[in-house]
Amino acid sequence: MSTEPIIEARAIEKSYPQPDGSTRIQVVGLMDFSIETGKIIALLGASGCGKSTLLRILSGLSQPTSGALFWHGKPLNGQTPNVAIVFQSFALFPWLTVLENVEAPLEARGIEAVERRKRALRTLDTVGLDGFETAYPKELSGGMKQRVGFARALVVEPEVLFMDEPFSALDVLTAENLRGELLELWLSKKMPTSAIFIVTHNIEEAVMLADRIVVLGRNPARIRSDINVRLLHPRDRKSPRFIELVDYIYKVMTEPDVEHAPPDAESTGEVVLPAGGLKRREPPVRSAKYQVLPHARVAGIAGLLELLHDRGGREDLFRLSEDLVMDVEDLLPILEACQLLGFAWLKEGDVQVSKAGAEFAEADIQTRKVLFRKAALENVTILKQIDSVLKRKSDHAIEEDFFRDILDEHFSEEEVQRQFDTAMNWGRYAEIFDYDRESGRLVQSEAAASEAARAETAISQNHSPTSTPDA
Amino acid sequence: MKKSISLRGFSAYRLWSQLPRIEVSRLPDVVMFGAALALFYGVLIVGRSWFGPFTPTVEISRNVRALPVYAGYSLLRITIAYGLSLIFTLVYGYVAAYNARAERFMIPLLDVLQSIPVLSFLPPVTLAMVGLFPGRQLGVECAAILLIFTGQVWNMTFSFYASLKSIPSEMREAAAIYRFSWWQRFIQMELPFSAIGLVWNSMMSVAGGWFALMVCEMFVLGDRDFRLPGLGSYLQTAASAGDTSSIIWGVATMILVIVLLDQFVWRPVIAWAEKFKFEQVESTSAPQSWVYNILQHSHGLARLRAKTLQPLGENLLLLFARKREKNVPQAPVPWRDWLVRLIGVAVLVAIGYTVVRVTMILSGLQRAELHEAALGLGATFLRVNLALLIGTLWTVPAGVAIGFNPRLARIAQPLAQIAASVPATALLPIILLVLIRLGGGLGLAAIVVLLLGTQWYVLFNVIAGAMAIPTDLKECCEVFGLRGFERWKKLILPGIFPYLVTGLVTASGGAWNVSIVAEYFRFKGQIYTTTGLGATISQATDRGNYDLLLAATMMMAATVVTINRLVWRKLYGLAETRFRLEA
Repeated sequence: MSTEPIIEARAIEKSYPQPDGSTRIQVVGLMDFSIETGKIIALLGASGCGKSTLLRILSGLSQPTSGALFWHGKPLNGQTPNVAIVFQSFALFPWLTVLENVEAPLEARGIEAVERRKRALRTLDTVGLDGFETAYPKELSGGMKQRVGFARALVVEPEVLFMDEPFSALDVLTAENLRGELLELWLSKKMPTSAIFIVTHNIEEAVMLADRIVVLGRNPARIRSDINVRLLHPRDRKSPRFIELVDYIYKVMTEPDVEHAPPDAESTGEVVLPAGGLKRREPPVRSAKYQVLPHARVAGIAGLLELLHDRGGREDLFRLSEDLVMDVEDLLPILEACQLLGFAWLKEGDVQVSKAGAEFAEADIQTRKVLFRKAALENVTILKQIDSVLKRKSDHAIEEDFFRDILDEHFSEEEVQRQFDTAMNWGRYAEIFDYDRESGRLVQSEAAASEAARAETAISQNHSPTSTPDA
Repeated sequence: MKKSISLRGFSAYRLWSQLPRIEVSRLPDVVMFGAALALFYGVLIVGRSWFGPFTPTVEISRNVRALPVYAGYSLLRITIAYGLSLIFTLVYGYVAAYNARAERFMIPLLDVLQSIPVLSFLPPVTLAMVGLFPGRQLGVECAAILLIFTGQVWNMTFSFYASLKSIPSEMREAAAIYRFSWWQRFIQMELPFSAIGLVWNSMMSVAGGWFALMVCEMFVLGDRDFRLPGLGSYLQTAASAGDTSSIIWGVATMILVIVLLDQFVWRPVIAWAEKFKFEQVESTSAPQSWVYNILQHSHGLARLRAKTLQPLGENLLLLFARKREKNVPQAPVPWRDWLVRLIGVAVLVAIGYTVVRVTMILSGLQRAELHEAALGLGATFLRVNLALLIGTLWTVPAGVAIGFNPRLARIAQPLAQIAASVPATALLPIILLVLIRLGGGLGLAAIVVLLLGTQWYVLFNVIAGAMAIPTDLKECCEVFGLRGFERWKKLILPGIFPYLVTGLVTASGGAWNVSIVAEYFRFKGQIYTTTGLGATISQATDRGNYDLLLAATMMMAATVVTINRLVWRKLYGLAETRFRLEA
């Protein structure tokens, strides 16, 4: 199916200047992207990878830093094309009734009251909301609210319907129900849209709905893999082909640097851009980057290691996420953290606990801290830096801003906060330092201090230690 | 919804729901008709007075029968001033929220303006207005209205600006992607989103209007004596004559007007604003108002709305929508840029000129005067903080007791609300009367007035804070046997801290403003005064010493801003981070 794309982004890129103005942080790397007629396109990626930013660029809400957007082949400068967005938080106006909410976009287009009412009622009927016209959003359940969100989007008959994680705020059953209805509307052509672009972090959701799946890598966002899904509707979650594709995407997302055996092109999915192939074709976007900490808490890391260790140290990723009822978005950072700390590694969609990981899983609370400290000081750049600075300073304390400034040069403002939070969580657990939030100071913790002092006296008997640690 | 009715909290008007339904009755329409007639008559009377020639010495009658008319005049002034405040708020807040470059100047400016006491605006505003309408009563009226305006506007503007800034980004994006016109965005998103904040701040502002009324309906400026018929001037005249019964009548009238205003304006507005609450789930207890219920059930009003407001709103919406749809984004016009730049330069030049003038004036001041002002600053500082301390000492235990005991809260809260809405300035004569009889002077009376003017903010906030402490924490204290002092230290004080700080910030700002009236008062034909910056400002106004007025005002504004920055903002930060009760 080769038709002219509705929206085409050529060589777009997005970056933000840092507060100090000296550097720019790239959020969306240089890429081309097109949205074709008659397709549901799913954009997959871990949280904070720039999916939502890409959606906002493609929908015309936000301008790319460079590159251009084409609407049916014509450049789009400034005006809003005929698109609609369904938001994760619904973004309904709580002071307007359901009907008024759906009518609002029509009012904006200057359509007369009678015609407006007619169209709004028709759309509400389509999404199964008749009888709720005079209700206010706060009277509705989450699923019903999102139906209003759908109705408001469909009422303008958008050519492209954008959806930003539309089912994430709903419980599992409601989400499943709505997803099914969306698909039914789309397949039976009851929807006045020519294409759907859905951002999600749920791999199964993507495989369930999409004709094309694009996997996004992060820092900055770039296309990691592009797959044309060939599975026929209705798709069965339990069918081997479905599982094969989900598995493949899992591997692509967790081990982007390795080449994986693609699924069957004819019946399952044709891989247009394989994950492994990317590296050979173009050089890495930026080299010599600062280490990115996955946003995982120690408790999550420990829990996962224990579980894996219980199951014999090796487990299929997809099965793991299914058993835990965890999205890849939640599982991925924990896995990455385990890898980073050398507690586990990934291989062909399986996760394997390392020797250090097994030791950690078996240890008691105090020993775990020691093992974690060892692993963290070996592998985590920022913790290494903090440790060495604290050791060198005579008062064994330093302002947190010192490290925030280091992070500032590499990450966006929000990401700095997340990186910092993770580093604090790990460092405090490992007893590398104590962190006093009030004063914003990091102080070498007693455990680390006494260890350091011991080492010092052992090495240099002649020098008196600069400070004696408190008992 | 249905089940929530039984859960609704106490309301004095609950009886209304027991009465027969009013939907079928024509009573609301009759009431509406009467109200329209009354309004027309009022406009007639006011017009005659305002556009009449200027009478330099209006005689203020102390007759009780004059009170209704006086109350009407005062109310009208407050209403007009409030209208002006609302317009100013919408424009200023909008520009500050959307123009990043303007924001940088506008918000600090607002901070300074709000710390300038009302009375300091008095001389320049009065002289300008009287000059603008020479020989007409209108000039003095305008001056009074503008002064009330300066007492009302700032917190409203802050509230609106803050609301605009906190609209969720996805909601903004929805408005953008669905191509809302400027007007639709304003009507359907920005105004509703800021409605609740605006309503509460309007209530506070109008209360502040009553306070300002006492000062600006009757004042001496150098050798000129300005008087306007109104409640404020009535009370002042009564106080000067030492006429106790008139004072009591006057205060009673004011309380009556305030209570009526509460019932007929604020309760209905609050009940109406409930629908703008930004919440995902419906709350169980919604505020009720019987007036609002009547209005909602008035056929005539509904028909009127269907005939006028609805078509007007519709047409406006479509007009702006079509204009926007036709509008293709155009390149910015260069001359507009230049105009903005030109205005910016002009403003800068004006500021520079003012700074030079002010330094010249200040350097011309006598050393003795400055010395006195500095001494006054110290005295007022002590007095304000003493009042805050006393206020905190009694309101915290009382507020916690009320907050922990729902039954007590039902009785105490409405009473406290009425007590709080009576301006301290109106009570000053009565307090002086009592204190002089007991042998105290203005020094003591000033502290009592400051206390009366500020303790309520603290009390209300402490009550709210005590109510917000989760039950499980209270139970936890019980389980661990935390009682008495330990319970206060571990649970109650940290729990109410954010609320206490909020109350104290408002109280502190208010106290400085009240000090002007509290430290200098004409009573029974003589002037009572005590050392203080407020007294200095009042005196300077009276004597027409504008240089000293300027210096003293700057000192006060600088002090208030500094205290805000150094103390309150820090405590606020602490309240936001460490003492926040998170779910």
